[in-house]
Amino acid sequence: MKINDVIVQTITKIVSFIILTFAVYIFFAGHHNPGGGFIGGLMTAGALVLLYLAFDLETMRKIIPVDYKIITALGLLMALGTGIGAILLGYPFLSHTFDYKDLFILGETELATALLFDIGVYLTVIGVTMTILLTIGEDDY
Amino acid sequence: MFELLIKMAAIILSVSILISTYRVFKGPTMPDRVIALDIIGINIIALVGVVSVWLSTQAFLEVILLIGILAFIGTISFSKFIERGVVIERKRD
Repeated sequence: MKINDVIVQTITKIVSFIILTFAVYIFFAGHHNPGGGFIGGLMTAGALVLLYLAFDLETMRKIIPVDYKIITALGLLMALGTGIGAILLGYPFLSHTFDYKDLFILGETELATALLFDIGVYLTVIGVTMTILLTIGEDDY
Repeated sequence: MFELLIKMAAIILSVSILISTYRVFKGPTMPDRVIALDIIGINIIALVGVVSVWLSTQAFLEVILLIGILAFIGTISFSKFIERGVVIERKRD
């Protein structure tokens, strides 16, 4: 039987970018509104899962040649680095600070070091979720 | 008057979810259950919208888009499992 997935693949090409945009929005909204690194990472993993559903493992390994375990380690290192950086500057572990800077396009923006910690959470959630799903998916059936 | 209308809408949506739940339990085939779960997800989206109007808050508006995305991904994975017997394929032939 010839398999034809043209509808789900075309829809996936559009919808995955909408989901990724929503994930980035909900990640940056996390400081003042509902959202944050955890749900943003889960949504990004959801977009990746949709891509893995519409295409197959070999194609996706060619498109995204990333080992997700390394992403987990990178996220944990980044979250730890914000704590270590506070120690190096002479404050207690995981002390966070914020400042208002004039960015190029955005105007006056609040830049918090909690964002760096949240990027660590984001990368860790993506890495753990995709590692679990792909470890199950690669199993023999 | 407006409060009454909102409550009526919530009750009607709850009844709709209950009827869809009957189809989930009683559905003769597997696609019936998948479609019923999709309908339940969409009704929950509407219910969250009604509840956020009722509580006059904007804090739940992300939840609406979130449930929509999750229902879409869930329905696609269920239908792929029913059709192929596998959710994530190793190599497409």
